[in-house]
Amino acid sequence: MNATTPTRRATWLMPYAIAVFAFIYLPVVVLVGYSFNRDGVGGFPPRHFTLHWYGLLFADDAIWDAVLNSLLVAAGSVALALTLGLLAALALDRADFPGKALFRRLVLLPLILPGIITGLSLLMFAVFAGAPLSLVTVFLGHGTALISVATTELFAGLQKMDRAQEEASLDLGATPWQTFWRVTLPNLKLPLIAAGLLIFTLSMDEIAVTFFLIGRDNTLPMEIWGRLRQGMTPEINAISTLIFVVSVVLISIWYRLRMRTLRNAS
Amino acid sequence: MYSRAYKSLVSLPPLLWVGIFLLLPYTLMLLHSFWLVRDGVIVHQWNLGNYAALFTRTVYLQVLLRTMRIAASVTICSLLLGYPLAYYVSFYSGVRKEILYQLVIVPLWISYLVRGYAWKTILGSDGVLNGFLQFAHITHAPVGFLLYSPFAVVLMLTHIYTPFVFLPIYAALESIPRPLLEASQDLGATASQTFLRVVLPLSMPGLLAGATFAFVLSLGDFLAPLLVGGASGTMIANVVQSLFGAAYDWPLGAAVAMCILVFTLTLLSLTETLEKRRSFK
Amino acid sequence: MNPSSASSPSPGVASGGTLLEVRSVAKRFGTAKVLNDVSLNIAAGEFLTLLGESGSGKTTLLRLIAGFEAPASGEIWMSGQRLDLLPPYKRPVNTVFQHYALFPHLNVRDNVAYGLRARGTAASEVAGRVDDALRMVKMQEFAAARPGRLSGGQQQRVALARALVNRPQLLLLDEPLSALDANLRKQMQSELKALQRELGITFLFVTHDQEEAMALSDRIALLRGGTLEQIASPREIYKRPATAYAAQFIGQTNLLKAEVRAGVAVCGALRWHSREADGPALFSLRPEDITYVPGGSPPPSSAATFRGTIQQQLYGGASETLEIACGPTQALRVRIRAAEPLSGELQFVFSPEDAIRVKV
Repeated sequence: MNATTPTRRATWLMPYAIAVFAFIYLPVVVLVGYSFNRDGVGGFPPRHFTLHWYGLLFADDAIWDAVLNSLLVAAGSVALALTLGLLAALALDRADFPGKALFRRLVLLPLILPGIITGLSLLMFAVFAGAPLSLVTVFLGHGTALISVATTELFAGLQKMDRAQEEASLDLGATPWQTFWRVTLPNLKLPLIAAGLLIFTLSMDEIAVTFFLIGRDNTLPMEIWGRLRQGMTPEINAISTLIFVVSVVLISIWYRLRMRTLRNAS
Repeated sequence: MYSRAYKSLVSLPPLLWVGIFLLLPYTLMLLHSFWLVRDGVIVHQWNLGNYAALFTRTVYLQVLLRTMRIAASVTICSLLLGYPLAYYVSFYSGVRKEILYQLVIVPLWISYLVRGYAWKTILGSDGVLNGFLQFAHITHAPVGFLLYSPFAVVLMLTHIYTPFVFLPIYAALESIPRPLLEASQDLGATASQTFLRVVLPLSMPGLLAGATFAFVLSLGDFLAPLLVGGASGTMIANVVQSLFGAAYDWPLGAAVAMCILVFTLTLLSLTETLEKRRSFK
Repeated sequence: MNPSSASSPSPGVASGGTLLEVRSVAKRFGTAKVLNDVSLNIAAGEFLTLLGESGSGKTTLLRLIAGFEAPASGEIWMSGQRLDLLPPYKRPVNTVFQHYALFPHLNVRDNVAYGLRARGTAASEVAGRVDDALRMVKMQEFAAARPGRLSGGQQQRVALARALVNRPQLLLLDEPLSALDANLRKQMQSELKALQRELGITFLFVTHDQEEAMALSDRIALLRGGTLEQIASPREIYKRPATAYAAQFIGQTNLLKAEVRAGVAVCGALRWHSREADGPALFSLRPEDITYVPGGSPPPSSAATFRGTIQQQLYGGASETLEIACGPTQALRVRIRAAEPLSGELQFVFSPEDAIRVKV
């Protein structure tokens, strides 16, 4: 408790905060709980613990194909978005060119606009360019939309970086190219990893843009989406639980990185 | 200190890419909204008919109105949940602060679809909630109105956007210098006066940012209505989606999408100016 | 303003030839003129200090020489080579940055080795030179440490080693001591001076601290608002300030607005012999050049005398500063050796040669 503020107000605030936490976490708990329920996704209380649904899931080739597709798309998107996002951040930080303000807004647009608008625009573009919808269009869509995330993170990293570092490198005789690889990039290591993780997660989870760009091969969310139409089975709970676990692992990596950044900064 | 070559090397690739893969697609969307469909084919004939239809056909206006209502409800609900939570974590959580903050952040990383699906299993007529209500003998037959209603959409979106709303508010609260609160109390203000006159005004930029997040993100959502909204929970983005899908009227769909785009951007720039005016730096 | 003195030979310069020439250099940021037609020479082996307030252009001049900025006009030459057209990494100068700019992702050894490796020096040579450089600044035992774990003074030493290991002809130091606390600062000052003597490398040192400039430099170049105010040895600049600004910025002084007529300067209650031409003139008279004459003892015949009443007596340990009213609107500062508390009307003397004519 903060000694300087009256604790009286905290008396109702604390239960309220607990209730909000419950609201945020209850669905996840329910989801995970029913993935072990023999009798299906509904009803109360859950009875008869079983791993049957997980067994079903591991034998489900369509799901694992979709997982593989999603991993491919996400990996590609990370590479594309990080490369272009890094260049965009450098350009915004260091170069002046006509239309810079417009460029800045345009890059960030997919982050701000509803996914459906970006998704449909890209669909129109694919049709316009005569490109068949496939995982490639999904990858291009994700990669392009997520440049916004990379640019934001890396621009913030560049702003925090001490310009004198690069000056010192040039001063010591390193060429701009050497300086980029030996000073600029190492300085951006943590933002790069953080942005990469974020882009990876967002791409793995993306539906709104994917919805309009998907061809015959499904990504994992689209596969789940398709199955939801056919009715719900605890198998979906099981895969959702696995997604949740992977997310938590990624967050803890991200979290430890963030703490290290903060410690380095202080 | 950066040479011309360096500057062009870093600016040209992203400029080109963004020009081709963002500017061009958005422009195509804009162009389509001024074309029309005749006999199932898109005709490049310039007209404003799509926009006229949008504002004269009552179906669209109704859906638009409902969308606004849902987005506003989501905004208010997430603020009502997110603000006190942020206030508690920032001011009263003591040593547990960092862990509580992390607990709010974690759901941001959990799949949208997973969370939507969870609500579907909870709210359905043979879902968890109905099962619980009957188990506890509160009701004897399944309650039907829970799923496939605007209520379900609001519930699901509130659940998703509360952590989003929390973040900027928490950041704003954290940046309030604590001596200001002591000064306020020293000058005789009660705790609630201090909250209303110091904490709330100083956290206003964060509150505005959070509210804008929630409103804009709900406004363009088409997945929640599909998952849990049913026919009565249809929103404007679903209209766009069906115009691009089954109805095959891309120009009209593009016009509706452009309206969402313009509305979103206007709203964002409006709150941006408000936030700037509201921040005291 | 006295840029002409820039080219005049001055005492205290260690060894002969000119190493660096700054020729009529100007620099603008947008519409703001940061440097205005500055010319100066640095002799090989010299310790030259650029002294000035913030905004005087001293750091900008340093950055122009290092190559982080390009001049709007003018040229910079070094040993017969045009310097200002080269990118920073091709210039034979190295910089010690204000906040050191040590690479946080590299340990001390790799920081120091950075310049040698960038220029492709053989690994065997790098190791030896890095060791020598670290030994020189007494940081051998920290070779494996990351800069983030070092104290300010240690980081300072590493920054120095990192620059010196490249054997630059000219070392640029941008307020390198400003981040250190007072005691450490004094210690580093003397180490820096010793190092410069030992290595014989030319130092161009930027500071806003006039005491530091006086203690370290062979010559001081005083900058004001982007122009060179005066360039001379510390003793010269203190004893013979060219301008009122120089007199006030370096040490304390009394500025006397006098009228000279027939070899006598008059300023309020003060009168003294002067060789200046007739007309209005501004003089600088240092507080320590005024002496308190206890009642009864006769003043030396050549000295100027005046009487005044004490308004304030500020005790400063070894010395103390008196504020003396010697007329209805006239007040002078006098520095004397610490004495008993004084009061009432007192008599003071000064030697007319100590009243230095300065430009406005």
